Amino acid sequence: MTLLQTHNLSAFYGDFQALFGVDVTIEQGETVAVIGANGAGKTTFLRTVAGALAAAPEAVLFDGKPIGNMTPHEIVRLGIAMVPEGRRLFPSLSVEENLLLGSHSERRGPWSLQRVYELFPRLRELRRLPAPSLSGGQQQMAAVGRALMSNPRLLLCDELSLGLAPVVIRDIYACLGAITAEGTTVVLVEQDINRALDASSRFYCLQEGHLALTAPTKDFDRAALTAAYFGL
Amino acid sequence: MQYLNILIQGSLLGGIYALFAIGLSLSFGIMRLVNIAHGDFIVLSGYVAMVVIQATGVDPFTSLVVVVPVMFGLGYALQRGMLNQTLSGGLLPPLLVTFGISIIIQNGLLQGFGAYDHRLQEGPIETASLHLPGGIDVGVYPLLVFAVAVLCIASLQFLFYGTRLGRAFRAVSDDPYTAELMGLDNRKLYALALGIAMVFTAIAGVLFGIRTIFDPAAGPIRLILAFEAVIIGGLGSMWGTLIGGMVLGIAQSVGAALDPTWQILAGHLAFLTLLILRPEGLFPRTRD
Repeated sequence: MTLLQTHNLSAFYGDFQALFGVDVTIEQGETVAVIGANGAGKTTFLRTVAGALAAAPEAVLFDGKPIGNMTPHEIVRLGIAMVPEGRRLFPSLSVEENLLLGSHSERRGPWSLQRVYELFPRLRELRRLPAPSLSGGQQQMAAVGRALMSNPRLLLCDELSLGLAPVVIRDIYACLGAITAEGTTVVLVEQDINRALDASSRFYCLQEGHLALTAPTKDFDRAALTAAYFGL
Repeated sequence: MQYLNILIQGSLLGGIYALFAIGLSLSFGIMRLVNIAHGDFIVLSGYVAMVVIQATGVDPFTSLVVVVPVMFGLGYALQRGMLNQTLSGGLLPPLLVTFGISIIIQNGLLQGFGAYDHRLQEGPIETASLHLPGGIDVGVYPLLVFAVAVLCIASLQFLFYGTRLGRAFRAVSDDPYTAELMGLDNRKLYALALGIAMVFTAIAGVLFGIRTIFDPAAGPIRLILAFEAVIIGGLGSMWGTLIGGMVLGIAQSVGAALDPTWQILAGHLAFLTLLILRPEGLFPRTRD
């Protein structure tokens, strides 16, 4: 079953066009990577799906429903959650308050404070601390936990590996299995291509706002990906 | 003993200034709204109370049952219908819009009620006083106002740190963009915030109307006092706002003790001195 579909999706920052007619189809339960060089439009793609950037209503279909012109909080209520680039925890809230804030959309489902603490046991020990006092990896765990607290059907992860040590990145990616096991569909936006391809079953490669290549991660032409990535 | 007396009277006077400042501090803290019409809303609350009192014959305290919801509704509607539209364009548009609202309120009141002075009558409590040892007399009413200010700030503190709504307020204050991505409806939260700010504005307006005369042009001086209390206390800190109000009150009392004509000026001078020595305020919380 198709969970998310974009059709001829274009996005603008003022007069600057960042996405040009991007068509993406994501099935329920899949983990899909969106890769591309800096400025390819990966983050713009996520922001448009999450409603932070407006699009034509029919350009984004979630569960068959047009959501292109909805506000972000309406979209969260439908079941799309975002782990923003750079984590963006709320600095004046404690770790636990940050997690609880994710539950303000009041969606029911498998994820609760208890379950998030089981997934990331370190967070339970740190729960009373202000969010900025955590290490980068711990903050990333809290940001993932905060998004899970809204019990999303679709989880958008923007640069999970950004600024983190390889061993920390590995730990965080190891938790993705527990998330997808609940039936959650995941979109990974990454600059760390190998990491993203390892964790996903299909990928889309964006280049300067255009869709350049899509293929299953098990079977694709490296040369074609290099060409799509760098625009050679 | 005279110094102690000045200190006590000044601190109590600070209670009303803190009450003035709560609404301003709240709307700035949550949505970075500098509400130039804040003083006029304080005065407007006094007039609403006056109308309620004239229509029903109740005393000013009881009139709050009507004034508070009216002002809450006004704040909610104003933010939802008008001020939310100005927030994306930086600090200047809301400043200009609230400046316009200030002019409208002042002239509307002048048109409706004339330029006369008014006062709300609460009866014997206004002049009652307690005799403390050492020959210090403390007015019951200033004491009551101070207690109300402390109570208001304590309840806001509970709202902010003990409730789900408060958590949402702190989150939008930190980062409105991410808050929306996490499912918060910023526009509704802002409307609630100005509504709640107006609840405290209404209380301040009525309590002040019992204490001092007011007329349609009385708003701007209230606004300045509120600003000064907020800045002295430190932006975003509620208890700091109370301390800020007390610093103003004490400075005014000291000034008045030296020479009665110095009362107001001494408050402003204390503010300017603190602004030079500690521009971030005594207990700053809000970061930008």
